Amino acid sequence: MSETLLEINDLAVSFSTQGGEVQAVRGVSFAVAPGETVAIVGESGCGKSVTAQSIMRLIPEPPGRIKHGSIHLNGKDLAGLSDKQMRSVRGKQIGMIFQDPMTSLNPTLTVGDQLTEGILTHENISKSEAEKKAVELLNLVGIANPQERLKLYPHQFSGGMRQRIMIAMALMCKPSLLIADEPTTALDVTIQAQIIDLFKEIQKKTGVAIIIITHDLGVVAQIADRINVMYAGEIVESGTVKEIFYEPQHPYTRGLLTSVPRLDGDRSQPLIPIAGTPPDLFSPPEGCAFTSRCKYAMEVCRAYDPAVTHLSDRHFTKCWLQDERAEKPF
Amino acid sequence: MLKYILKRFAWMVLTVWIIITLTFFLMHAIPGDPLDVADVGSSDAASANLAAYYNLDQPLAMQYVTYLKNVVTFDFGPSMTSRSRTVNDMIESGFPASLQLGLATLFFSVISGVVLGVFAALKHNKMIDYLTMILAVIGISIPNFIQSMLFINYIAVNVEFFPIARWGTYRHVILPAIALASGPMAIIARLTRSNMLEVLTQDYIKTAKAKGLSTMKIVVKHALRNALLPVVTIMGALTAAVLTGSFVVERIFSIPGIGQYFVNSISNRDYPMIMATTVIYSTILVVMMFIVDILYGLIDPRIKLHSKED
Repeated sequence: MSETLLEINDLAVSFSTQGGEVQAVRGVSFAVAPGETVAIVGESGCGKSVTAQSIMRLIPEPPGRIKHGSIHLNGKDLAGLSDKQMRSVRGKQIGMIFQDPMTSLNPTLTVGDQLTEGILTHENISKSEAEKKAVELLNLVGIANPQERLKLYPHQFSGGMRQRIMIAMALMCKPSLLIADEPTTALDVTIQAQIIDLFKEIQKKTGVAIIIITHDLGVVAQIADRINVMYAGEIVESGTVKEIFYEPQHPYTRGLLTSVPRLDGDRSQPLIPIAGTPPDLFSPPEGCAFTSRCKYAMEVCRAYDPAVTHLSDRHFTKCWLQDERAEKPF
Repeated sequence: MLKYILKRFAWMVLTVWIIITLTFFLMHAIPGDPLDVADVGSSDAASANLAAYYNLDQPLAMQYVTYLKNVVTFDFGPSMTSRSRTVNDMIESGFPASLQLGLATLFFSVISGVVLGVFAALKHNKMIDYLTMILAVIGISIPNFIQSMLFINYIAVNVEFFPIARWGTYRHVILPAIALASGPMAIIARLTRSNMLEVLTQDYIKTAKAKGLSTMKIVVKHALRNALLPVVTIMGALTAAVLTGSFVVERIFSIPGIGQYFVNSISNRDYPMIMATTVIYSTILVVMMFIVDILYGLIDPRIKLHSKED
């Protein structure tokens, strides 16, 4: 834990809408060490993507606004950077991959053009050198005949191949951090597995740190070193993969894990969902946001926000069940 | 590609032929004939001579065949309103002025329309956006003949640089071109703005931002190209309209263009001129539509240009 690549402290992001202020992210803190893979999991609308986009300062402002908190990359506060300085961080120090490869590439420009334009902006190299680099990376992500394919347009590739191209694009400038926002959600299951393997492979080869945002626990189990479980704009539990999968402490984490269908399970049993819906982020509840859906909710949960309890140096959770006075249900 | 172009060319010829045919027979279907309008006195002999000169004494089908034969050789025949000049002469003397004015109009309207539209989109719901859209509404709502007269009265009269009327140098072009351009400019600006607003929310714009590209580069390289497709669509009809001159604006500025013929030929029942203006307009229109289709393919590689069998 001595080295930190990225450190996020008490980040809060809100969007002002006609109905009022939506508090999408409410005080998120976590750190990423060089070369490690950190997963952010949670259901739709829990603030995963907003967190990721805040790191890149890609939140549209207005209506979005970083209310408070800091984001430090290599010790430098990203909030303090000018727009121009921020542009030299985007693409160069942090690469980003988006959810839908079908729409994330510009249909009117060749793949080669889109691959090289980032590095041509950031580095003082010639077009042919940039193309050489692009060919190298397309090779790395497993695209055959890269030289000829530079001249093709996105619609001439399949979804899986486009996501590979997106990954190559994000890696063009050798970033130290890669943010992958639901990189497998829009893909077929077989392609998903290939992309996950690809992430592991490029991490081994380039040593890039990865923040992977997903709601797919299968993906997380395969790739992540550490997991942050987000609920209603907060991290409710954080720990290593082993800690989260084998010793989940927060009822929400437990709910997520038991809701995963099992291949070896009894087929006659229905799936086990987490009942209810996430709270309205226009006016988040007073106490713990999960109270209304929690099987173990107590009086105190409704009234007071739970404190963070550290279970090991990496494992922490925000839940009243951790209080010594609470009855332990599991 | 060659096959596609040849095929399109065949369709263009067919389209123009259909237009010629329809116009020819519709024109003749209107009661009365040009000799009623022309002041030829009461002499039956004179009328008969004139009718013979203009082929009007022949059966309609024969006239039609003769006309088609002439049109193929670009001979539009003698004018019925001018004793000594053929329709070809009149078009040749008027078309250059209308063409120049039209090109200037096109240039002003496209450049300013696209630029205003882009700025409005980038500053969505801010002052520049509102000002641009107010300008667009003004451009659409004030007819160009009113603008022409305002320009003459307030600009040309006071600023020596701008001639009040007539034709000749580039200085003569500016004011009428602006008057003609403001309407199309407003349409293009609104279209560009709404398309840009839509394109700017696309995922690939976010990708471009995440690469660290500058706003300028994102707008010009990634957004504008995708936003211009609908603008290109209206360019076909717009170009045909402005290149064939404007009756009113040419009249106000005393520009010797062909705009007047489009209107006067109808009231004069000048058959050859009606046909000539129709042929010119429809030819420019089908050629422009062809160019627009080629441009589609250049702007968006997903649009493929080839005939179905290819």
